[in-house]
Formats: sequence, structure tokens, C-alpha cells
Amino acid sequence: MAKVLMKGNEAIGEAAIRAGCLNYFAYPITPQSEVAEYLSRRMPEVGGVFLQGESEVAVSYMIFGAAACGARVFTTSSSPGISLMSEAISYIAAAQCPAVFVNIMRGGPGLGGILPSQADYFQSVKGGGHGDYRLLVMAPASVQEAVEMVMQAFPLSEKYRNPVMILGDGLIGQMMEPVEFPDHLRTEPTNKDDWATNGMAFRKSDKRNLVKSLFLDPDQLNSNNLTLKAKYEQMKQEEIRFETYNTDSDYRVLLVSYGTMSRVCRTAIDQLKEEGVEVGMVRPQTLFPFPEEAVRTAAGKAGCRAVASIEMSMGQMVEDVERSVRGSLPVHWYGKCGGDVPTPEEIIDFTRSLL
Amino acid sequence: MQSEVMFAGFGGQGILLSAKILAQTAMTSGFEVAWIPSYGPEMRGGTAYCTVVISDRPIGSPIIRNPLHLVAMNRPSLEKFAPVVKPGGVIIINSSLIPIGAGREDVDAVSIPVTDIAKELGSVRSANIVALAAFAARSKLVDRELLKECVKAEFSKKEKLIPLNLKAVDAGFQAAQKN
Repeated sequence: MAKVLMKGNEAIGEAAIRAGCLNYFAYPITPQSEVAEYLSRRMPEVGGVFLQGESEVAVSYMIFGAAACGARVFTTSSSPGISLMSEAISYIAAAQCPAVFVNIMRGGPGLGGILPSQADYFQSVKGGGHGDYRLLVMAPASVQEAVEMVMQAFPLSEKYRNPVMILGDGLIGQMMEPVEFPDHLRTEPTNKDDWATNGMAFRKSDKRNLVKSLFLDPDQLNSNNLTLKAKYEQMKQEEIRFETYNTDSDYRVLLVSYGTMSRVCRTAIDQLKEEGVEVGMVRPQTLFPFPEEAVRTAAGKAGCRAVASIEMSMGQMVEDVERSVRGSLPVHWYGKCGGDVPTPEEIIDFTRSLL
Repeated sequence: MQSEVMFAGFGGQGILLSAKILAQTAMTSGFEVAWIPSYGPEMRGGTAYCTVVISDRPIGSPIIRNPLHLVAMNRPSLEKFAPVVKPGGVIIINSSLIPIGAGREDVDAVSIPVTDIAKELGSVRSANIVALAAFAARSKLVDRELLKECVKAEFSKKEKLIPLNLKAVDAGFQAAQKN
């Protein structure tokens, strides 16, 4: 298919349809409302369901219900909306149902603002809801990558029977860029007969399925947690994704950055290179599982004297960078909140201060 | 080689649309493009601006503080953004609404009464297309015929607007070349 110029939010909606997801329940919030606007028109065209719930809380339990029935389902929201959904996300993870959530982040905490932010790193990667659960978190840096990640998210959520979170910042939703959709990537839902409450009339086996997150017996609850943990360990083995930039050079500083922020870093790295200063970058594409090994290896290269996490937050991913580097080098942080995205010039000045 | 073009004006002047058509035309010509709107909490009638980045390689930072070019549709936009345009860029000034110049010697500043030209063509609403065409003529970033194709495609669902906007493209080119 030829390239089309599309706004990130609309491309995310189209990508979900092309991934075979025909159920979308949502509640509008800036800066991602165009997903709902787009799908309110598109879903009926393809025989899918568009439903605007009365609140994010209601939407999140509709997602749980549909997922428990074995339907491919997703929603999109932005930071405060994801907070409201976090209870259900914990339930969905505990009950081992697949679902896809997209968070087009805006500034927080509280109602914050509507401009781009990456301040929900902790919420997505470290918890958000209660209990020992993890989300597989993917962070796109372009509209094209958002499309690809949304399309991969559905099969991944089914492989692990766990929610997948696409974590983009406001610019990913609001920007228009050329996108190319794969011609055929529509994958049918995997066989869910052995766990989904999809109705005895349609099922091949006679086994009754139960979807639940309540385990009053301590041994059963511990056992469920061990099952979840095993899946998260498997994700660490099989799903880590990242890109490196300028790491063939003899860099003296290593940047770690994701999403839109990583593109600003790329421009800064290019300019510094012209000035004779080599800087490398690791860009995590999955935030959980985090590319610890890649960051550690890149930081360990001879000549590298400092590592810095560049993020549109007050310093969240930096903790994972520190954990990866394990004290072998000083780890710094530079960032901003509020929607004022750091410019390449700011990154250059900060990087120079580390030399 | 990368060019950044900022379109700025009042909300309602078609800033986002003319920027989108430029991005579409550049993409069709084979460039990498990004269209970045300002989506802050603006009032109706407040300032709207939008940046288009056009490059021959993958686009890094979508955040542009110093664009190479500016298309200013109203006075506040010119006053705000003319000082940050890079030397050597083009500044299109809608002189129907802006009685002042860019105040820069190191740029190609062109005053064109795009709103008046659009009114003469039949609708003030095509002023954004006149300005876009004038910019295309001056910057030589995109081809005139391709621009027309993209204008046609953009208005394909409102066919009756196509002739007016094609005339607006020609008028914009002519006005830019006269200057």
C-alpha cells in the first residue's frame, strides 16, 4: 500500500482495525480524542463496535468484559483517563485476559495540561494499579512505529494473556507523518477455548471456564502470582526491543531516550557530531521489558564516561537506566514537564556539560 | 537538507489545512515530512500555528524553535515569529492584514495581499491557498502542478471548491513572481 499522510491518532485507530480488532470502547480526552472520532466513523464501516462509555472507569470494565469473552478489544486515553482505568487494568492482568491500552500522554500530575509528556513512565512500567502485575509497554517514536506497535500489540497481548500498553506522548497522537500499512497483517484471534468465557454453545471442549481475579486461598493467590511472574520473565527473554544510534562511534556520552524525546536527541547527536563530539544513544522500544543488557553494554564501551536519561518527566526512566548501568558510570537526568519539549539545543548544552 | 515552514495566523484562517497540503505535496515529491500542529489551549479566534518539516532523510526533532520559513497570515504571528526565522529563509507577509514589514534584512520577505486577492477570486476563505502558493513559488520547495494535484485531492469531497482553489494557486504564484 502507498504511503498516506495521517495524524497519529487516526493511524492508531486504523492500525487496530487492520490488526483485526473490531471492538473499541472509549471516553474522549485531549490529546487523543481523534482516535475516538476516527473510529466512530470507521468501526461501523467494517462491522465493528464503537462505544463511548459514560466514564473511563466504565470503559475499562467493558474492556475487561469483552476480553474475558475472548474478543479482541482496545481503548485509548490520556494520562488522567488511564489513572481511572488502572483498577481494571490490574484486574485484567490478574485474570489473565488480553487487551490493548493506548496512553497518549499529557502533562500531569492531576489534570495537568494537554501538551506532550512522558510522565506516566512509572504508572505504565511500574504499576499504576495495585498488586504484582506488569504490562508489556511499547513506546513508539513516529506515527509509522505507532501503527506497527499497535498491530503487534494484539498478538502479543494474546500470547501472554496480559494487557499491552502503547505509551506515546501527545505529539505522537497529534503529528501527521507518512504511514504505510502492511497489506495483510490481520491475524485471527488465537484459540481462546481453554480460558475464555466465550459460551459453551460455540466451544469445542466441555470444560467450563472461569475468569476471575479473586483468590481468597493464600496458596491459590500465590500460585496465580507465580504464573504471572513466569510470564513477565518470559517477556524479558523474548520481547525486549530497542534501537541504537551512533553507537559505532567512539562516543563519550551515552543518552537513553524514548518516544518523541529520542528524536530530539537524534538531532542533537547529529549536530554534536558535526562539531566533532561523538554521542551514542539507546532508544528503548519496549519500556517493560526494559533493554537493561543493551544499556549496560553500551555504557560499558571503552571511552564512554557518562550516561544520561533524557525524558519529558522529572526523572522516571532514569531509575531503570541506573539499575541497568549498576553503578559502573555516573547516570544523569535531563528533562522537562508541562508540554515544553526540550529542544536539540538544550540537549546539546546538557550533553556538553557532561564532557 | 531540511526545511521547516511555519504557518501562523488566526484560528479559522486555514493554517492547518494549507500546512497539510504542503506536507502532502512534499511527501508526494518523495520527501520525508512531518506536520506538527500547535494544539495548546487556544481561544477561538486566537493564534494558530503549525510547522511542516520537509527533509531528504528521516526527520529527527519535530520540535522546531527556529523555522527556516514563515507564512504569516496576521500581525501577531509576524511579530511573534519573524525574529526566530533562520537567515536565508522566506517570509510571506499577508499585507492585507499586516501593515508592517518583517524587519529583517537577512531573509526573503515578501508582502502579498493574500486576503484581498482571495476576495477578488470569490472567497476570502481561499486566502490560505493563495499564501501557500506564493510561498511555494518563492521557496521553490514544491512543484506548481503537483501542488495543484494535491489541492484537488484535498478538496475531492467538496468538489465545487476545487476551481476556486486552483485559481488561488495560480494567483499566489503570480503575485509572488511579480514581487
